[in-house]
Parts: sequence; structure tokens; C-alpha cells
Amino acid sequence: MSEEITPEAVEALLPEIAELIVSALNLDVTPGEIEADAPLFGDGLGLDSIDVLEIALVISKRYGFQLRSDNEDNLRIFSSLRALTTYVASQRTK
Amino acid sequence: MNKMPLLGHSSLDDIFAWRPSGPVKVRQFLAEARALAKLMPAGQSLLNVCQDRYRFALGFVAGLLTGKTSLQPSSQSAETLRNIRQQSPDVWCLCDDEFDSLDLLRLDFPDLSDVDANAVQAVPEIAADHVAACLFTSGSTGTPMPHFKRWDQLVMSGQAEAERLGLTDRPHVIVGTVPVQHAFGFESTFLLALHGAAPFWSGKPFYPQDIVATLNAVPQPRLLVTTPYHLGALLAAEIELPKVDLLLSATAPLSIDLATRAESRFQAPLIEIFGSTETGQIATRQPTTGAAWHLLPGVRLTQEDAYTTASGAHVEGEITLSDVLELLPDNHFLLHGRHADLVNIAGKRTSIAYLNHQITAIPGVIDAAFFLPDDNSPEGITRLCAFVVAPGLNSRELLTALRDRIEPLFLPRPLFFVAKLPRNSTGKLPRNELQALYAEKLEHAGR
Repeated sequence: MSEEITPEAVEALLPEIAELIVSALNLDVTPGEIEADAPLFGDGLGLDSIDVLEIALVISKRYGFQLRSDNEDNLRIFSSLRALTTYVASQRTK
Repeated sequence: MNKMPLLGHSSLDDIFAWRPSGPVKVRQFLAEARALAKLMPAGQSLLNVCQDRYRFALGFVAGLLTGKTSLQPSSQSAETLRNIRQQSPDVWCLCDDEFDSLDLLRLDFPDLSDVDANAVQAVPEIAADHVAACLFTSGSTGTPMPHFKRWDQLVMSGQAEAERLGLTDRPHVIVGTVPVQHAFGFESTFLLALHGAAPFWSGKPFYPQDIVATLNAVPQPRLLVTTPYHLGALLAAEIELPKVDLLLSATAPLSIDLATRAESRFQAPLIEIFGSTETGQIATRQPTTGAAWHLLPGVRLTQEDAYTTASGAHVEGEITLSDVLELLPDNHFLLHGRHADLVNIAGKRTSIAYLNHQITAIPGVIDAAFFLPDDNSPEGITRLCAFVVAPGLNSRELLTALRDRIEPLFLPRPLFFVAKLPRNSTGKLPRNELQALYAEKLEHAGR
């Protein structure tokens, strides 16, 4: 499942992942308010590692793959909603 | 001068640690520590922020060999670093990643691969009264409070834990999901390894799949040192779990349900540890066999009014606990929650007073109060919220300023802007008033 992912496919998946983040973390924003390219950590939504674990759990159940952190990708994957969505699109098995 | 050995391994050829590249023997570790010691700056205060557990161990031991003290703050925020530099002007950083060390002197981890391990003939000894480490709690005025630990205390702590967990005759390989710098990780993945002669995994697996892969990469018997949070995620992930011989949890309350499920899935006992930065670990229990905690050998508790004081063994002097305890016979006790004001979120501790100090110090904030709502989700994490009076600031500006001062975990979620706080005539903020304000705000938000 790691063939080329089109930007259109990512764009189409964005709202679903945004919704998943907001509901998993009970955030105080609406999914539409999460900017696709703003950082999820630090200045953006201000997520921390506990949140990451929570999101990872929901993603693994919904999309059928486990996240790993033994590479440099981990920070990049969670750098923005778009980066996370792109990663999910490339790894999903369901 | 009284001296105590650096580590408890019986042979220089014992395995000291496991890295992705394979096992590292005690003599290799000691040779690398000696080489690192020669490269260290003169400053007495070492801020060892290495992410890798093995590199942290090298830095710590190289520091011991050169008479340094390892500073281990509970946060690595810019504000904390500035405070630490004020308290210890000679502080310098040992780093193994892109850590933002501000303008502190720093040593990036050097390549030590060409040391001669065969030149190591003996285990060094360290003066028992050497101040080896300094852990910090967040003081109520905003300045981190140092808690100094002598070498003999650290040795006793590691030995007592190894004995209690039954590792002395059968060293387990330690896999930890917790950072090595904080009290629990420091004691249960580092001191336990050093003085229980137990090899440890150099990394810090995070995702369930990482933890499983790491456990599979090291030989049995295995000890998993973790938190209720990582453990909950691991069990929820529905992946095949490797054989583990012992589970160790601390930093946050563990529900009996999670403990029962963990023991049944792993077919291994789960032991919980109780302690504080001030006292170090002082008791253990196996939650599925009973609620009572069993004191570590030599630790004593006494009570006066509502407060309990710990002393003996590795505990320095007499330390008043911030928890409410009920003493039982035979060195056992029950825990009945914490005294007001202290909060523990996902294992990180702070006080409401500290957080209030930080938020009200932000220019433009007229008044503010953090509030921890009543816990309504045992396995989830209850987040802090804050009420703030700051007419000239918006939420983004305030959170940006706050992020520079406190750990992300303590950032208010949500942050409520109010016209004024419900202070009573003496200026105090009764908890029931805040609870009412919180309920009102939630109702407004339509939840």
C-alpha cells in the first residue's frame, strides 16, 4: 500500500483525520478550524506526546496499521494535519 | 573516606546494556565513560539531556568519575533552563540530539567507538558522600526546588529495589518507556540496572508496536518499566504481546481493571511503585493482591496530624509527604489521595500555585487561576483548565506566552476568558466557586 498517493486523495482524507483528532482528544476547536499545514505541536494545536499516543491508537484501529517511532519520521508525521493525513493514506490497510 | 562501587555487576564481562547494534559489556561501558570524562568541560553541574538511555548512563558515570553533579529538572522548558542557570552558573549540557540548550555551554555526544575496553581492570569506587544527582520539584514560587542525592543514597535505592523485585538472583533485561532523567525512570531503569546488575535497553519505545519490537529484541527474562498510560495503549492496540516476566508501573494511579488485564495478557505480575522526588521510591504493591503498599526495607513512616513523614534507608533526613496515608501494621500503608494543590497529569507533577504564578506573570494578565476538574475518566487524562482575566490578550497570544513557561501537558485545555474571578472577601478562590464557574462555562460551550 505504499504506492504514490495523489494530493487529491490526501485532500479528500483531510476532514476525516481532522475529525478524528478533535474527537479523540476532545479538543476545543471544530475539525474545520484545524489548518492543514499548521504545526500540530507547539504553536498550533499544542499537542503533546500523550495526545500522540491517543491519536495513534485511534488511527491504528480505524486504518489497520501500527505507527512506529524508530525513525526520524515520527516528528515529521505529526508536523501538520496534512503530513499526518499523507502518512495515513500511504500506510492504511483498510 | 567511605567509598561504594560504581555498579553491582560481578564481572567486567557481564552485559551492561543492549543497543540496536547489540550487547555492550561492562568493560566497554567503563572504557567509554572514562573517555567521555576526559572530554567534559570543567563545570561542576551537568545537565544530561541525552535521549538515549545508554548515553545518559555514560554521561552520568563520566560525571561521577570527575566529581560532577547530574542536574535532573522535571521540565526542560526555556524558563526552567534559565532558572537552573541562575541557581548553578557553571551548568553545562550534554546532548545527543537537537535539544535547544539556549546559550548554555554544551557538549554534543562524541564518538567513543575506538576506546580500548581491555584496558579496564576494575570497577571504580565513588565516595559515598558525593552529591551525585539533583532532582527538582516545581516550587510554589516558580523556582525549581533542588533535591540533592548522595551516592550512598542512590546505591541503597537501586539495591533495595532489585531485592524487592527479586532481581538479585536473576537479572532481568530492563525495557523502559519512561525518560531516564525523571525520578521513576532514573530509579527503575538506571539505578536498578546499575545496582541490580540488570542489563537495560538503550532506547525509549513509545508506540505499542515499538514496545513489542523492543521486547522481542532482548533476551528473557524481561522487565517492562512503564506507566498506566503506555500500558493502557499497549493493551488496547490488539497486537500480539511478547513474553514479559515482570511489569513495573508508577507516576500515575493505576486502575485495578488495567492491572488485572495487564497481568492476564502478559501472564506476569504487575508491581506498582510509590515515591516522590523528595523521598525517592519508598514502597511497592501488587494491586491485584491488595490495596496496601509495602515499605522498602529500612524506610519508616511517622504521623502527626494529617501529615506523614518518611525517614530511614535512602531517604534524606525526615521528609513530609504530600499524600494522605493510613498506616497499617507490618510496614504497610494505604494511600488516600494527595493534599490539595498538587496535580499529577500523565505522571508529571506540579502544583496549582506554581502554574498560577506562571500565568499571572505574563504581561497583560490581570488575574488568573488554574483549575483541575473532578476526575471523570479513570483511564483517560483529565486536563487542567484555566480562568483568566486579560482584556488585551487573545487565546493564541496567551498560550504562546504560557508555552514558554510551563510544560505542554499543563497547558489549559480549555482556557476560559472571564471578566473577573470569583474571589471571596479574603481574596481566596474556593474550589466550589471554580467548579461552578467551570460547569457554567461548559454549559455555555454546549457540552
